[in-house]
Amino acid sequence: MIEFRQLTKYYGELCALDHVDLTIETGQILGLLGPNGAGKTTAMRILTGYLDPTSGTINAGGLSIEKDILKIKEMIGYLPESAPLYENMIVYDYLEYIAGMRGLKEAQSRKRLSELADACGLRENMHRPIHELSKGYKQRVGLAHAIMANPEILMLDEPTTGLDPNQIVEIRNIIKEIGKEKTVILSTHILSEVEATCDRIVIINHGKIVADGSTEELKQSSKSEYSVNISLKNAEFNDVNTELGKIEEIKEIESIGKNNEALSIRLSCHTDKDIRDLIYKRIKEQTWILVEMTRDIKSLEKIFGELTKEN
Amino acid sequence: MLKARNIAQIFKKEFSVYFISPIAYIVISIFLIVTGWFFFSTFFLYSQAELRSFFSLLPITFSFIIPAITMHLFSEELNSGSYETLLTLPVSIKDIITGKFLAALAFVAIMLLPTLSYPISVSFLGDLDWGPVLGGYLGAILLGGMFISIGLFTSGLTKNQIIALLTAIGICFALTLIENLLFFLPESMLGFFQQIGAGYHFRNISRGIIDSRDIIYFLSFIFIALYSADLVMQGKK
Repeated sequence: MIEFRQLTKYYGELCALDHVDLTIETGQILGLLGPNGAGKTTAMRILTGYLDPTSGTINAGGLSIEKDILKIKEMIGYLPESAPLYENMIVYDYLEYIAGMRGLKEAQSRKRLSELADACGLRENMHRPIHELSKGYKQRVGLAHAIMANPEILMLDEPTTGLDPNQIVEIRNIIKEIGKEKTVILSTHILSEVEATCDRIVIINHGKIVADGSTEELKQSSKSEYSVNISLKNAEFNDVNTELGKIEEIKEIESIGKNNEALSIRLSCHTDKDIRDLIYKRIKEQTWILVEMTRDIKSLEKIFGELTKEN
Repeated sequence: MLKARNIAQIFKKEFSVYFISPIAYIVISIFLIVTGWFFFSTFFLYSQAELRSFFSLLPITFSFIIPAITMHLFSEELNSGSYETLLTLPVSIKDIITGKFLAALAFVAIMLLPTLSYPISVSFLGDLDWGPVLGGYLGAILLGGMFISIGLFTSGLTKNQIIALLTAIGICFALTLIENLLFFLPESMLGFFQQIGAGYHFRNISRGIIDSRDIIYFLSFIFIALYSADLVMQGKK
């Protein structure tokens, strides 16, 4: 279990994290979302011991970062954004060095390197210098580095940027596999990635947590507000406005355009129920022809946009 | 607390990195050409079987060569971002500094190794007194350690290797030449500035007189510079 308590970090005047409280259970795959500069990376860097907090603390597995940072580091595997590595080292030497730093004995290290070469698809590139590798392969070396010692906590900062679609799927599978037993913290801007891999989503904006829950919960929370888009032929906006305005649950009716003689209208609804049948009944009473009707529940993108909008 | 296992790992990696890149070979070649030239160009004029002229030039050559050996130690990592990766491994900053320091020191020792051919060839030409030679090499290691600690410190200050290099050259050069500027100073301050200069202490040792004061000078200087480097790196957190 990892607990962030009143975690605050200032870079000079700039506040990167503002009294953040967060508890992460073991075995969770947590997606950390937020716009650029929201404080995601800062939060991760504090947990890895790269930065010290201005105030507040983090406890991980009963240890606090002030006293036992070295022990916490032993529990953590971290892949920083864009995987900065020692460019002039050979992949094998680099991973061997990391194994040594992680306290693996020589025989263990050789065995582990061989496992990782297969798990991360590095077999053919083990004896090339890192600077010759493509971005995707560097990312794989970074991942091998992060999971070297089977860490209890795996932290990945934008792990799939620069990868091709196949590699993204592979990396997601690796993450899911690890996430079965271990805690995984994943920072990203790619929302579909979070939906595909994470149990829980935390959205950070301006150093504060603005949303916390599973993908379903986040979508649910905004379910009472949705819109229904309809297209009608043979109708005038004013008539539609008076007729459909009689339905209580509809808060607002607006015309969003007209083409091919069909009038497009958005109805903003404020209710827990699905009122499409009510709308349909009203339309049936008229001479209008209904050509389209869709219900638009907010996507994660919309929720994200609303929560992190300026002001 | 320092952990020997971590220091050994950092040492091994840093030391091998020297020989992966061509820098090591270039630096060693330049060092041998410069010292060899200055030593042998005057050696036969004096017809004395001693290495004094070799050792007397060493502080100045080291002032240029050693910052070139140390400039990348932190700057490169800060610039590429690999410093972040390094710090997330279970090592303390003190381990990192000690490992890097020892790796550079070992490199300097390797660099000095070929120069052992000078005293050996000189000993065939005349009756060489080995005392000053051994003292000279001990002094060279201590002086090297001192300049490495300065270079390590300046390398931690900046992402830019050139700035790290020039700052370190400036400090090392000043510490070497300070005693030559003593005639500008009032007599009451002479003793202090003579003691602070590296050249004075190095010359004492390279005469073959091993005095604890000179050894303490070098060791405490190394300690202070490495400790300052630690403070600088802690300050970045």
